Amino acid sequence: MDGPKLVRMANQIATFFATEPVRALAVEGVAGHLKRFWEPRMRRELLAMHAAGPVPGLHELVAEALRTQRAQLEPAARG
Amino acid sequence: MYSNKVLDHGTPARSAPTTVSLQIDGATVTVPAGTSLMRAAVEAGVKVPKLCATDSLEAFGSCRLCVVEVEGRKGFPASCTTPCENGMKVKTQTPKVAALRRNVMELYISDHPLDCLTCPANGNCELQDMAGVVGLREVRYGYQGDNHLQAPKDTSNPYFTFDPSKCIVCSRCVRACEEVQGTFALTVQGRGFESKIASGPTDFLNSECVSCGACVQACPTATLMEKSIAEQGQPDHAVVTTCAYCGVGCAFRAEMKGNEVVRMVPHKDGKANHGHSCVKGRFAWGYATHPDRVKKPMIRARITDPWREVTWDEAFAHAASEIKRIQAKYGRTSVGGITSSRCSNEETFLVQKLVRAGFGNNNVDTCARVCHSPTGYGLKQTLGESAGTQDFDSVDETDCVIVIGANPTDGHPVFASRMKRRLRGTATEPGAGLIVIDPRRIDLVRTPHVEAGFHLQLKPGTNVAVLNALAHVVVTEGLAREDYVRERCDLAEYEKWKAFVSLPKNSPEALEAATGVPAAQIRGAARLFAAAPNGAIYYGLGVTEHSQGSTTVMAIANLAMVTGNIGRPGVGVNPLRGQNNVQGSCDMGSFPHELPGYRHVGDAATRELFQKAWGRPIDDEPGLRIPNMFDAAVDGSFKALYVQGEDIAQSDPDTAHVQHALESLECLIVQDIFLNETAKYAHVFFPGSSFLEKDGTFTNAERRISPVRKVMPPLAGLADWEVTVAFAKALGYSMHYDHPAQIMDEIARLTPTFTGVSYAKLDRLGSIQWPCNADAPEGTPYMHAKQFVRGKGRFFLTEYVETPERTTRQFPLLLTTGRILSQYNVGAQTRRTHNTVWHDADVLEIHAHDAEQRGIRDGDLVSLQSRKGATTLRAVVTERMQPGVVYTTFHHPESGVNVVTTENSDWATNCPEYKVTAVQVVPHAKKSEWQEQFGRFSDTQVGLVPKTAVRGESR
Ligand code: SF4
Ligand code: SF4
Ligand code: SF4
Ligand code: FES
Repeated sequence: MDGPKLVRMANQIATFFATEPVRALAVEGVAGHLKRFWEPRMRRELLAMHAAGPVPGLHELVAEALRTQRAQLEPAARG
Repeated sequence: MYSNKVLDHGTPARSAPTTVSLQIDGATVTVPAGTSLMRAAVEAGVKVPKLCATDSLEAFGSCRLCVVEVEGRKGFPASCTTPCENGMKVKTQTPKVAALRRNVMELYISDHPLDCLTCPANGNCELQDMAGVVGLREVRYGYQGDNHLQAPKDTSNPYFTFDPSKCIVCSRCVRACEEVQGTFALTVQGRGFESKIASGPTDFLNSECVSCGACVQACPTATLMEKSIAEQGQPDHAVVTTCAYCGVGCAFRAEMKGNEVVRMVPHKDGKANHGHSCVKGRFAWGYATHPDRVKKPMIRARITDPWREVTWDEAFAHAASEIKRIQAKYGRTSVGGITSSRCSNEETFLVQKLVRAGFGNNNVDTCARVCHSPTGYGLKQTLGESAGTQDFDSVDETDCVIVIGANPTDGHPVFASRMKRRLRGTATEPGAGLIVIDPRRIDLVRTPHVEAGFHLQLKPGTNVAVLNALAHVVVTEGLAREDYVRERCDLAEYEKWKAFVSLPKNSPEALEAATGVPAAQIRGAARLFAAAPNGAIYYGLGVTEHSQGSTTVMAIANLAMVTGNIGRPGVGVNPLRGQNNVQGSCDMGSFPHELPGYRHVGDAATRELFQKAWGRPIDDEPGLRIPNMFDAAVDGSFKALYVQGEDIAQSDPDTAHVQHALESLECLIVQDIFLNETAKYAHVFFPGSSFLEKDGTFTNAERRISPVRKVMPPLAGLADWEVTVAFAKALGYSMHYDHPAQIMDEIARLTPTFTGVSYAKLDRLGSIQWPCNADAPEGTPYMHAKQFVRGKGRFFLTEYVETPERTTRQFPLLLTTGRILSQYNVGAQTRRTHNTVWHDADVLEIHAHDAEQRGIRDGDLVSLQSRKGATTLRAVVTERMQPGVVYTTFHHPESGVNVVTTENSDWATNCPEYKVTAVQVVPHAKKSEWQEQFGRFSDTQVGLVPKTAVRGESR
């Protein structure tokens, strides 16, 4: 998948949840949205990019979601 | 013999709470107060002769054919204009009234050509009938005197003729155009014998007429007459069905002669349209039998190869073996399907079933992705159900309407007529207030007898800012309906939201620079809306097709909740759906993350239900959405796609990227009635069936499920649902249905909001608005009656975020896109009808100031350029646009508007941002490079289709 595009899309999601004053809720909002709407290969790629080191331009809420909610976001390995 | 005459009550029904009783020809009849004698007589089984009255129009009382006698009263009152009173004794047949009527008829007939036997209305003419009814036997006045018999015929409209020599000046047409359609295109000119009907100072085609057909339907003679009837003759039977164009979902009587449609007439009992229509449904059905229809299945190995015509079985076997090969090589999730809002509920249901159970993944999406997916998301989050809250009739009870990002007179014409009627008001009741929020001055802002109180002409991409500003005024000026909010909404979330919109940054003044709307106008509009006892919001794709589409839908729901405007007639959040079955295709589980009834695939209990019913495991992860499919195709992880009824190559944004994606597929299977743009990249073609060739249902914008009925056999031999079933079987997944009714039964078994729906009930009720279940056995006209579907209504924080698409020195203008009345979506249907007389090419609307700066004159060819690509169109210089904003449509593939639109999309749903693209416009007389290439590619592709597949001859 187009990595920079995934970053842009994830950032857009983060921008919506960023208005939430309680940070934990905002992070959960981002992670929940990725989990509910992003197909596994998209999540997998974003997680891989993040795991490989800091992703330039990645919204901090996305970064935190990827870091703290990894278990939730990691798709189960299936055929 | 078949009669196409539908019972006419003469005057409209009244709905007064009190009734009156009277005697008509000795029979006692009780009717609502205000009912005319004529209508009461029909109720009593007595038809009073009439010419100028018909029950779609208020009585006018001009022909005097309907005179009756009332005991104890002098004279002969016209029964159409005389209201019933308690205890009246009415006689409709006496020697005196008979003589009067004969005299009236004699005068009419003396100025009417007596060519009944060769007249196209023969057998279906009210004048002819009335002459018979009143017993006219001789005409004492000859044709020697002055008459109108030589008046020339106006044939300018492609669908109907106006033959003034046959006109009896009953003015039914004039009144239909005013009352029913609201266009006011016709007038009665002159007086007495001199009077005649005119379409303004010009012919019909060049007049204000929008070709809705209301006048033609109202005309009691052959003066206004469908050309199809003149050419094909009167029908021999009729079948009630549903229009396959827009989300209004008008009911029609398909009037048939054998297997041939001769006329589509709006159905009086249709609950969405109440007997009205627009030019598309009424007249533009000829595409269904257009010679371009592909009637044979075809396959080919590469898209540069000629198509090979094959049998259905070969086509299914080939398509199935390709899917299996690709899944074996690239994995289970390397294939997917796309269905369309142009398909029926049953067809869409089967496509998603095929993908989920047959392909074994959730890679299924529908074109709602690119139009109303934010509606599904936004309304589910805030209110709890992914659907509009009201029925169309609700607009009759509204006091103030907000129309945002919608152009109903073009996009939803029949509903627009209804809305305009409410906006005009009546003699006794003032019209509803109107607030239009749109970058363009759409027609609704000012049409005859309608004028918007406020037109907030915002900059494209600032909907959220304007809605936040409106909410700011409501909350900070103490106009919020806090009693309503306390009772129905989540209070903690409300308080959070209230604090948010009250922030100074959300005030109209602070946002003025961003939105371009004067703060005073926003304040005025907010006060008007908040003060209305019933306020209703109607919106369209100008809301959803933005990077903040979902946020805008939520902001609309917030505004409706804070003003207490959900849960009763006259109010509500009303998404106007573009295509006929947008609502239905979403309901049927065609989104990659949701099973039918909007239940997430991650929900184990729902999955279990479907797994049991379908006998296959269901993936618990969401699948790819359409734009993700394109990205994955380019990336090489997505290799095969089954597309039913959708033309992604033309309708989706960033054409170059879409083309690249389609070229990357190893197997593209397209099912359509025409070789559409997408099919030019396909390896397998399944010929589809039009809405006239199959049974099914469509669900309109008001959640109304309406039957679509087969009136002719499928031209290619199979209905679309049969194709999906056979394709699945070839894949080794068998689903068995003898009739679409059984598919609906399965939907009802599996979907809580549909449990009460069946074809038998649809036949009985005509149509049903879901939810239809044990709680609402006959359906639900408006939702959230006592409480919200999600329990407590939830306010969401809707921060305004500027779109990433910014104007620059290089691209200083904003392009926004839309639709026009006569064409439909990608135009594959309407371009193959006479509707092209109104719109034979997409044009670019540009403000005079911007045009002048660039040396562009009206009608010049211009190049429209964005960072994505360029295309050449003709410019129309207009004051409808605001400076800095240009507008066009995408009804014609060669105009390539989506070559220019970008990959930006809504944050929540990936719904593309069609409404904002930074562009430059320069004079340029040549086609763009893309257009040249497209022309060559398209011609080559058409040349690769065997002639026999198009003509449908056997090999
Ligand atoms: S055109 Fe038809 S409806 Fe109109 S005035 Fe003439 S006869 Fe009546
Ligand atoms: S077709 Fe419709 S718009 Fe045109 S004149 Fe008749 S009623 Fe008016
Ligand atoms: S296109 Fe829409 S408004 Fe027009 S007839 Fe069809 S359903 Fe009705
Ligand atoms: S029908 Fe009553 S006056 Fe014409």
